[in-house]
Amino acid sequence: MTKRRFPRLQGATGWALSAPATLAVLGFLLVPIGAVIAGTFMDPRGVFAPYISYFNSGFRTTVLFRTLQIAALTTIISLIFGFMTAYVVSRAPGKLKSLLIIAAVFPLLTGVVVRAFAWLIILGRNGILNQTLLGLGITSEPLEMLYTQGAVIVGMVYLFVPLMVLSLVGVLENIPRDVLQASSSLGASPIATFWQVLLPLAVPGLIVGAVLVFTGSFTAYATPQLLGGERQTVLATLLHQRAMVSFDWVGASTIAAIMTVITIAIVLAMSHIARRINPMAT
Amino acid sequence: MSDRPHPFLIAVAALVYFFLMVPLVIVVGAALSDTTYLTFPPQGLSLRWFENIFEISAFRRTIVTSLQIAFLGTLIALIIGIPAAYALNRFRVELPKWLGTLFVLPILVPEIVFGFALLKSLTVGAGVPIFAALLIGHTLLVLPYVVRVISASLASFDFSIEEAAISLGSAPLKTFFTIVMPNVRAGVIAAFILAFITSLNDVSVSLFLTGPGISTLPIQILAHVEQFFDPTVASVSVLLMFLTVAVMAVVERTLGLTFLAK
Repeated sequence: MTKRRFPRLQGATGWALSAPATLAVLGFLLVPIGAVIAGTFMDPRGVFAPYISYFNSGFRTTVLFRTLQIAALTTIISLIFGFMTAYVVSRAPGKLKSLLIIAAVFPLLTGVVVRAFAWLIILGRNGILNQTLLGLGITSEPLEMLYTQGAVIVGMVYLFVPLMVLSLVGVLENIPRDVLQASSSLGASPIATFWQVLLPLAVPGLIVGAVLVFTGSFTAYATPQLLGGERQTVLATLLHQRAMVSFDWVGASTIAAIMTVITIAIVLAMSHIARRINPMAT
Repeated sequence: MSDRPHPFLIAVAALVYFFLMVPLVIVVGAALSDTTYLTFPPQGLSLRWFENIFEISAFRRTIVTSLQIAFLGTLIALIIGIPAAYALNRFRVELPKWLGTLFVLPILVPEIVFGFALLKSLTVGAGVPIFAALLIGHTLLVLPYVVRVISASLASFDFSIEEAAISLGSAPLKTFFTIVMPNVRAGVIAAFILAFITSLNDVSVSLFLTGPGISTLPIQILAHVEQFFDPTVASVSVLLMFLTVAVMAVVERTLGLTFLAK
């Protein structure tokens, strides 16, 4: 630790250096979003009027629950497959491991539009999957796969599995192999070792991954827009439609407020849980 | 448990990687097809859909706008983010803890809400030109990555080296550029690339900040897909992927890709 001769001056320098970035976040992020949320409580009809009318609309409550459902299913599927894949990656030999990590990073750096578009080619009425199924004689008519909840979930899992794999590989690598070996040499079956040793130690990573995937899929726009269309309207596409097509600013702001509150509540709740059950916590 | 994963797990991992790679292969294949409709495997090989990108003025314009916004936004984020990351590490004791959290906020807030809030307060509320609002949005979008990546590389920097230089008579600003910056070069490059790619591919923030004549490439692709279903979109997608590959090759050569996974 270096000597601090002028603590007050040091603090002032620190503040001065971080001022531009701090002011940018305050002025262009916190204030505008705060204004959007505050605006919803200043409705002439009453403080909670926009929310009452939101939840009185059957369509809009359906959209909220559909969005939550899609996000939850995407998270669960990504957790299961991401965990198994991350385990294999974390135990792969050096060269192969870096190759597998690159292969997971690459789709992550490819844009969401490109990745949603790929599924449009696969799942379309004359898409690859339908052509294959028809060619094999499995179906006699093309299946309607696009614009279903399944299509949106497939697209979302595709979007978020790499994120899950990457956030779990690090955690799994840090679990000492000795611990697993100790477990098996003490007579635990591989399945018991998995459930009683590996999984509990990986919980913090699973929670981080789950938060990233849930909040990401809860607020995603391009994938539900392209693969779900109007039939699978979610909060993000509804927000865009209210603001840019209907010019319903109050409605759009209400949706924005609901999305923000749910996202932040989930992040806070999960990080609280993670801190409580982390066995390695100090 | 033996060191080698169970064959079932290996099979699942192989399937997951297959699932990850196949759609990208299909996009590349569809882009090369000589047909007027999207198909895979490609029928006849041709680069004409790549030429078509540049014949559509909307694509030409938005590619330029996207590159401008990504470059300028990243640059501004670096200019305001590097001093902030430096201050957070150098004056860790003096500065409050919440300041570090503040810079992570743009990741925490749903992007689409952020875009809408900027539309409401800047474009509609204050009459800020669309290009400026788009630039502000992208700068804030990438700021958390810049601050986090550079903070991470500053965390291992020994600030007593800087103190030594200053006490030996080097000017503080000169010390920063000759002593501190060279030590976090890798971090700055990684931050630049991560921020550039994030900005280039962004949809949710740009969605509300486009207007007459001004749009970004991903937004233009979205609009195009909803009207035409031809291989142009596939070839633009491949173009975006190539940009990503090029950028990743640079990362790989400078500091290794595993850095991004952290």
